[in-house]
Amino acid sequence: MDQLFNRKYIVQGLFIVIALILLGKLFYIQIISDAAFVSAESNVLRKIYKYPARGAILDRNMKVIVQNEPVYDLMVTPNEVKPFDTLALAQALDITFEDVRKNLKKARGKSSYQATPFLKQISVQSYARLQETLYRFPGFRTQDRTIRHYPDSVGGQLFGYVKEVSPTDIEKSEGFYKPGDYKGKSGLEFSYEETLRGEKGVINTVYDAHNTPQGSYADGKYDVNAVSGERLISGIDMRIQKLGEELMMNKVGAIVAIEPASGEILSLVSSPGYDPNLLVGRNQGNNYMEFIVGNPYRPSLVRPIMGYYPPGSSFKPVDALIGLQEGVIDPNTTFFCPHYYQAGNRKIKCEHFDGSISLRRGIARSCNTYFCYVFQKLITKNGMKNQRQTYQEWRDKVAKFGFGSKLDIDMPYERKGYFYTADHYDKIYGKRWGYTNVISQAIGQGEITATPLQMANAMAIIANRGYYIKPHLIKGIGDKNLVKKEYVVKNYVGVDAKHFEPVIDGMQDAVNTSWGTAILSRIPDVVLCGKTGTVQNPHGKNHSVFIGFAPRDNPKIAIAVIVENAGYGSTYAAPIASYMIEKYLKGSVSGGRAAQVEWMKNQNLLPLLIDKTKKIKLTKADSLLLKKADSTKRIKDSLRIKSATIKQTVTTKPKELKSVIIDKPVIQK
Amino acid sequence: MQQQQGNRFFFNVDWITVLIYIALCAIGFINIYASVPPEQTAVFGFSTLYGKQLIYIITGLILGLSILLFDGRLFNVFSPFIYGGTLLLLMAVLVIGNKVAGNQAWIAIGSFKLQPAEFAKFGTALLLARYVGAFNPKFRDVKSIMIAGLIVGAPLLLIMLQPDTGSALVFLAFMFPLYREGLSGYFLLIFLGMIVLFIADFLVPTYILIIIITTIAGLFIYNNRRKQKIIFSTVLVTVFAIGYLFLIKIAYEKVLAPHQRSRIELMLGLKTDNKGAGYNVIQSQIAIGSGQGTGRGFLQGTQTKYGYVPEQSTDFIFSTIGEEWGFMGCAVVIGLYMFLLLRLVNLAERQRSTFSRVYGYSVACILFFHVFINIGMTIGIIPVIGIPLPLISYGGSSLWSFTILLFIFLKLDSNRMGFI
Repeated sequence: MDQLFNRKYIVQGLFIVIALILLGKLFYIQIISDAAFVSAESNVLRKIYKYPARGAILDRNMKVIVQNEPVYDLMVTPNEVKPFDTLALAQALDITFEDVRKNLKKARGKSSYQATPFLKQISVQSYARLQETLYRFPGFRTQDRTIRHYPDSVGGQLFGYVKEVSPTDIEKSEGFYKPGDYKGKSGLEFSYEETLRGEKGVINTVYDAHNTPQGSYADGKYDVNAVSGERLISGIDMRIQKLGEELMMNKVGAIVAIEPASGEILSLVSSPGYDPNLLVGRNQGNNYMEFIVGNPYRPSLVRPIMGYYPPGSSFKPVDALIGLQEGVIDPNTTFFCPHYYQAGNRKIKCEHFDGSISLRRGIARSCNTYFCYVFQKLITKNGMKNQRQTYQEWRDKVAKFGFGSKLDIDMPYERKGYFYTADHYDKIYGKRWGYTNVISQAIGQGEITATPLQMANAMAIIANRGYYIKPHLIKGIGDKNLVKKEYVVKNYVGVDAKHFEPVIDGMQDAVNTSWGTAILSRIPDVVLCGKTGTVQNPHGKNHSVFIGFAPRDNPKIAIAVIVENAGYGSTYAAPIASYMIEKYLKGSVSGGRAAQVEWMKNQNLLPLLIDKTKKIKLTKADSLLLKKADSTKRIKDSLRIKSATIKQTVTTKPKELKSVIIDKPVIQK
Repeated sequence: MQQQQGNRFFFNVDWITVLIYIALCAIGFINIYASVPPEQTAVFGFSTLYGKQLIYIITGLILGLSILLFDGRLFNVFSPFIYGGTLLLLMAVLVIGNKVAGNQAWIAIGSFKLQPAEFAKFGTALLLARYVGAFNPKFRDVKSIMIAGLIVGAPLLLIMLQPDTGSALVFLAFMFPLYREGLSGYFLLIFLGMIVLFIADFLVPTYILIIIITTIAGLFIYNNRRKQKIIFSTVLVTVFAIGYLFLIKIAYEKVLAPHQRSRIELMLGLKTDNKGAGYNVIQSQIAIGSGQGTGRGFLQGTQTKYGYVPEQSTDFIFSTIGEEWGFMGCAVVIGLYMFLLLRLVNLAERQRSTFSRVYGYSVACILFFHVFINIGMTIGIIPVIGIPLPLISYGGSSLWSFTILLFIFLKLDSNRMGFI
């Protein structure tokens, strides 16, 4: 034993210190940090996804209206690619030699060892051709997918479209969507995305360091089979949906038809529409730019739920109902109509000559004076001083019909329309305003705007004699035919059932008597109750509006039709509505009316497009043409449609004009 | 009475050390078995890596037990010849050796490959022990330091010529037995300082290091301004340190091979390289880290099974342990090594003869260097230096040389009451 013996402890101490350093680093990389674990997983695991088929959509007659078609994505794993005959691949795929190189480079840029799409959505034909030679191209494989197919080629805005998810979608979904997934972007595809999309399947495969597959990971414990999306049954009747879109061809406007008892939407036409098949497949992007964005009449605006129109005369039945409920009128009340109504220093004109007019006749003949009086009485029922309060009460009662708020249809981007509260007028007029300031709302003009859906819903309320079920497109989700809870609740509007009959009498007369406004739209053997509207449009020609329901007893269909810039409600909107109703109730439009349907389909009522931001000097020829077209139409309007021939009258096609430039929105905001 | 017992072959053998030895060999076998690709484990055969390793373990054990049959004194007597023999082998390998991966380190005898550098370790240990045991120098004079340096330096130089830097580095382990025998602690400090300066030279610009060194030296001199001797030596050390800094830069550019340079840069984090030289280390760390607390379980390591870590059964065997057995497994293995090392030091200290003590220290420190460098390398705290993990890594030469190294000491230890 000597002094040096103590050096043992220094050596041993060094051993221990080093051991602790090793353990410390191990503790960090094994227990504290999980970076290594993640890297290890990404080293060995490759996920191959199985994409589910989206759910189909059926119409109310169980006809398939949205289905799937198989397509194939050609995937490439750049690491596994060996030199191959580029030309042969280009030929098999029907693309250029350059495309092959470009796509391969792009795939390399994304990932060299994960399969990335080389060419998306190859048709079945190309796929068959490719399948025979695929063995010559190592590193390539095909991935089954499905795309949408719409057998009837109608209902573009209704169904919406499906598109590959964007980076924003991926971010918003918090990791649910992965690049390459598809997602409904609008319409029903959007609203029912969660039902339709199904569940993606995944096969986890383990790869070794040489990138050779080594079988499934953990015996397939984490593999998932793809689950197809669930089926949807819609309330749409494809027969009238199709008819509606045909009738609205070359017109701007909307049709909404609802089954009053259930709130199911039978038809939802937005015009101009487009063939939903355009937004499927490889040309989706180009077609979208060309046919949707490129169309100056803005098909992307889903007019039935986004278009704002003053309801016009079609608002009068609601006025009458509130008047009856409040007791300011009874069914026998008459007012004297001197062909106008004097509101302060404004005159509101009437288009008929009756003198003393009753409620029933007032509705049938669309008497502005009558309903201005009703409104005046409603607002001044508590004297001249409390008009602000009574206006607010009136507004709340009308709001119960669904005006001024969303109806929660199962489609995205629904808008609520304008229907102002008393506060709004306080801001404009201060405290000093009365019924004369807001009188135009009595006849559905002025500040009030509504979507076609709201108008159709108002009709459903009248058809139901006092309640509505929120309008909806889908009446059955999945095999159990579930329906959303809010779509079975009856919403009462606070007007007693007995008050409806006098109003309905008037609406019946509007169509079915010689003095009505829509007598040309009579349907044989069916009692159609309706109301025309000719909506004054400060931006151009009047909008043609018709709302109605049929049959009178036990109504099956309530409808709203709007044709922009078409003139009188009786000329276009009412006949279109009557064809739709007849087709729905009887299965076809019969007799001489069938010819009228064809005539109507051929009418071109597209408004002229004039860019107001640029002043265009019309050439003399142009302005003559415009005037001529206008007068032709005016003459035609005054003619009886019955006598109109199938032969198409002269109409202006905007493209024939040199000075046609894309317009700002045609409808009111 | 004691003398009689001493003649019995296995009397007084430290069986605890033998048990740890067997445990480490078994751990090695299990993890080599796990490291070979799955299709090879289907059938057991002696042509597979683990089959061969089993043969090495069994023969190694026989070798070790037969060493216990020798008279311990023989090792003392024959140490110059053993040392000379290993030197000859080291020279031979430079002439007739097979070049594998740039290193001329192997002599092929039939299908068997011998790595002389492995055996040079115990040859050197024996001669060093004999020198210290016979002359009992206290390493206060230059001469004894020179002789010891020569004994260690000759094989080191020959190994450097192969070039096998890793194995050569292990010879620095002999510094510790010499320290124990009286070599000044300053040598260790200088050694430590050299390592620190070496690393610092890469991370910090040289001129900043020079400013720091001179500042420290200045303060030190100021504090001891009355003691001329200290001032003189401080100045000397400072000059050497600054010279060393420039030497590193030059040596780094001129002497080190490109792959060694990139290994150092990778370890210091100056460079990242997932595919090239950094691949081994990164994959090894991924494998170890993915084991987490308790590991993926035997044969369940995906990184191991699918060959993500190159050279996994040899130098990177610790990554298999890390992945399949997790932190627990790593702690057990490191614990076993520590127990062995501390025990060897304790055994060395109970020797009567200086020869046995020096030899015991040598064994412990050689093992320590291997364990530290190897594990440190797999977890990225030391640049990649290709030396095996003692008793666990695949390979006959390494296993046998560690067996011989260890069992000679066990024999010496069993004879500790006698005189060698």
